[in-house]
Amino acid sequence: MASAAAAASSAPTIWLTGQGLGGRSTRLPFHWRNKKMEQRKTGGRISAKFDLKPPPYPLNALEPHMSKDTLEFHWGKHHRAYVDNLNKQIVGTELGDGKSLEDVVIASYNKGDLLPAFNNAAQAWNHDFFWESMKPGGGGKPSGELLGLIERDFGSFEKFLEEFKAAAATQFGSGWAWLVYKANNRADVANAVNPLPSEKDKSLLVVKTPNAVNPLVWDYSPLLTIDVWEHAYYLDFQNRRPDYISVFMDKLVSWESVSKRLESAKAPAT
Amino acid sequence: MALRSLAIRKAIGLGKSVGLGLRGLQTVTLPDLPYDYSALEPAISGEIMQLHHQKHHQAYVTNYNKAVEQLFQALNKVDTSTVVQLQGAIKFNGGGHVNHSIFWKNLAPVHEGGGEPPHSSLGWAIDTHFGSLEALIQKMSAEGAALQGSGWVVSTVVGFKSLQLFHHCCCHCLYVSANVHLCILFFASLHASFWQWLGLDTEFKRLVVETTANQDPLVTKAPTLVPLLGIDVWEHAYYLQYKNVKPDYLKNIWNVMNWKYASDVYQKECP
Repeated sequence: MASAAAAASSAPTIWLTGQGLGGRSTRLPFHWRNKKMEQRKTGGRISAKFDLKPPPYPLNALEPHMSKDTLEFHWGKHHRAYVDNLNKQIVGTELGDGKSLEDVVIASYNKGDLLPAFNNAAQAWNHDFFWESMKPGGGGKPSGELLGLIERDFGSFEKFLEEFKAAAATQFGSGWAWLVYKANNRADVANAVNPLPSEKDKSLLVVKTPNAVNPLVWDYSPLLTIDVWEHAYYLDFQNRRPDYISVFMDKLVSWESVSKRLESAKAPAT
Repeated sequence: MALRSLAIRKAIGLGKSVGLGLRGLQTVTLPDLPYDYSALEPAISGEIMQLHHQKHHQAYVTNYNKAVEQLFQALNKVDTSTVVQLQGAIKFNGGGHVNHSIFWKNLAPVHEGGGEPPHSSLGWAIDTHFGSLEALIQKMSAEGAALQGSGWVVSTVVGFKSLQLFHHCCCHCLYVSANVHLCILFFASLHASFWQWLGLDTEFKRLVVETTANQDPLVTKAPTLVPLLGIDVWEHAYYLQYKNVKPDYLKNIWNVMNWKYASDVYQKECP
C-alpha cells in the first residue's frame, strides 16, 4: 500500500511492498508471460496489469437473442471499466505483484471482509466467464458425462433448468446464478465458510450470488453462469428478467464450454 | 387453498386463540404518479418512468401482497418456518413498495417546482450540517457514483478549501500526481442495487446521508431515521437513458427534485 508519506517526491511513487520484493517465493523471471497478465519492468519497478479479453465471437453474433448494443455497453463499457479500475487499484500493492486474476479475486475476498479491489477483480473474472458461457447458436441440451451428472444430481435436465432459472429469477438485486461442481465438502475452505455443507462431494449444484461474489470463494468450480445485474438484460428485455433467463438457456448457453470446465474441475479432485 | 384459508378464518371466529384478529388481510396498491410519465423530461425519460412505475413498482406491490397472503396463512397454521422463510420476500417487495412510493413524491416537474432549492428550516439545516446545498448534492452524487467500485472519487468539502478524507473501513490511498497531491479513495463496492437517502435522525434532529442496499427502507439503518429524499440507484432507474453513465443521472435528477416534499416532512418532525 502506498503510504501517505510518499507525498514529498515529485514523481508518482509506486513500489511493491517489502514482502513483494525478494522475500516471497513468487520471484518471477523476466521472460515469463502469463496470457492473462502483462508485466513490464519500468525504471526498476515491476507493474502488472490485466487485459480486457474480447468475447470469443463478434459483438453482434448473439443477435437477436442478445443485441449488439448490449454487448457494446456490457463488454465495451461495464466490463472494460472493471478491468481498468482493477488495474488502477492493484498497482503498487501485493495484489498487483503477478497473481492470476483468480488469485486476486480470492485474496481480495478476504474471508468476506472485502478489500476494495474485490468488486472489480471478481466482476472482471465473472464477465470473462460469462462471455465464454455463451455462443452463437447455443442452447439445446448438454450431452455425455455432463448430462449424466445433471440427471444424477437434479433428477432430470428439466428439473435442473427449473432450479437454475428460479435461482436466476430470485436473486434479489444484482448478482449471478451458477452451475458449479463441488469437489470437496470442507466446512472451512480457508477463505470462506462452505455455504452448503450438507451437499455431498463431487456433485453439481445451483447457487446464486449477490453483486460480484462468485463461487470461487467457496472453492467450488464454476461451470456456467448467467449475469442478472440489470445492465445485462435491460436494453433487450427491460424488466422481463424471466424472459431473458429463458432465452439465455434456450438460445445462448454453450454446453461445450460447460463440459470442458467440468473436465478440468474433475481432474484434480481428490 | 382458498377454502382452507376460509376454514381457518372461520376457526378463528369460533374463538380459537391464534393471536390474529377477524379483520381481513389488507393489501397494498400501486399509487398513482402525481404527474405524467413524460413530465420529468429531460432529466428522466417518459419511457423509464412508465416502466419504472407500471412494471417494477407494480411487481413489488403484486409480490408483496402475495407474500403477505402466504404469511397470513402460515401464521394461522403456526407454521413458523414458513413465516421465517417469507421474510426475505416481504422485506424485498415491501421495501420496494415503500421506497418507490416515497420516490414518486420526491420528484416533480420543473413547472411544478422540481429542482427549486429548499427554503426555510430545511434550507437552513442543510447549510448548517453540510455547508451548502451544493456540498450536500456533491456528497450524495459522489457517493452514489462511487458505490459500485467502478470509479475514482476525489472529494473536497466546499468552503473549507482543504481535502477531506472520507474514511471507510477498507480504503487505499494512492498519490498519482506531482502537481497536486490528490488523495484518490477507492470505496469498497458495497452494493450495486441501492438507494441514496437524505434522512432526518429524529432523535438528534440531525440530517444524514445514508445508503441502503437493495430495497431496504431507510428505517432499516436505524429506527429513528425518517426519509426526506431518496434516489433510486438501481440500474432500472436510469439505464435506458443513461446506460453506464450513472454520474449523469445523479447530476440531472436534482433538476426535478421536489424539495417542497422534503421540507414538509422535515417541518413536521422539527416544527
